[in-house]
Amino acid sequence: MAHDHDDDDRAHRAEALESLLTEKGLVAPGAVDAIIRRYEQDVGPMNGAKVVARAWTDPAYRRRLLADGAAAIAELGFGGPQGEHVVVVENTPAVHNVVVCTLCSCYPWPVLGLPPSWYKDPAYRSRVVREPRGVLAEMGLPLDAHVEIRVWDSSAEVRYMVLPERPAGTDGLDADALAALVTRDAMIGVARAKAP
Amino acid sequence: MTTARVPDVSGPAAPPRRNGELVFASPWESRIFGVTLALLEADRFTWDEFRARLIAALARSADGEKYYDSWTVALEELLVEKGICTAAEISANERVLAARPPGHDHRDPVGR
Repeated sequence: MAHDHDDDDRAHRAEALESLLTEKGLVAPGAVDAIIRRYEQDVGPMNGAKVVARAWTDPAYRRRLLADGAAAIAELGFGGPQGEHVVVVENTPAVHNVVVCTLCSCYPWPVLGLPPSWYKDPAYRSRVVREPRGVLAEMGLPLDAHVEIRVWDSSAEVRYMVLPERPAGTDGLDADALAALVTRDAMIGVARAKAP
Repeated sequence: MTTARVPDVSGPAAPPRRNGELVFASPWESRIFGVTLALLEADRFTWDEFRARLIAALARSADGEKYYDSWTVALEELLVEKGICTAAEISANERVLAARPPGHDHRDPVGR
């Protein structure tokens, strides 16, 4: 892959920081590799999809999830940085929820992994608050005029995750099959869960 | 202003990741993220301390700067404020790394 000059400079700066902190004994050798592997491979939207599928199939779990998101998510073994204060908001035929972080990129890592690049884009961060209906339509989710759109601005205190509507025609599916229909974008609120 | 586009992460071009998406655009982005998380996990600072500086750096950033540029600025500022290292130390180390012969100055991808 081609590297541009600026990217080389950035790579040097990042490597300089890492090697300096390793020399000082502040970062254990191998710790950075392990963290990157974890966030690239293990922590991601599949965790959130399992949470959603459980909520669709277990009404008691759904109630617990909406009452205390972080605790219900921890029941399934998911937790860690950025997961301490997750609030789950439920989509219904009348209300559609969408999540943003206007100030930076707060995001519930343990259930969704790291945010996609467009979530960090200033255009998304500013526009989805001002004109959510237009932004959602541009992203492929046109909503009827009667649907109320609620925009949730994540913060240091609270990170939001959307519980999407269960798609029609999924009555016979088990939790694993349902989880496969739940995309990251559906849990941010810029898409629906996939049809079976 | 460009419109945020949703990448197709489920199609045939999706990278081989269990969770569907490659989250870093360049290896250096993953390194700076990993270093920050390693320091957080070692309780060198809190997420809120870092986040406050990230917000400030993003607010100051010019068009065309990358998200992880602001992240790097925020981390360096916090390290200096905490007395963990100085900007001069980082720069000195950077000059040493940049002076290596060609072919030795790119980090290999993670997981080699």
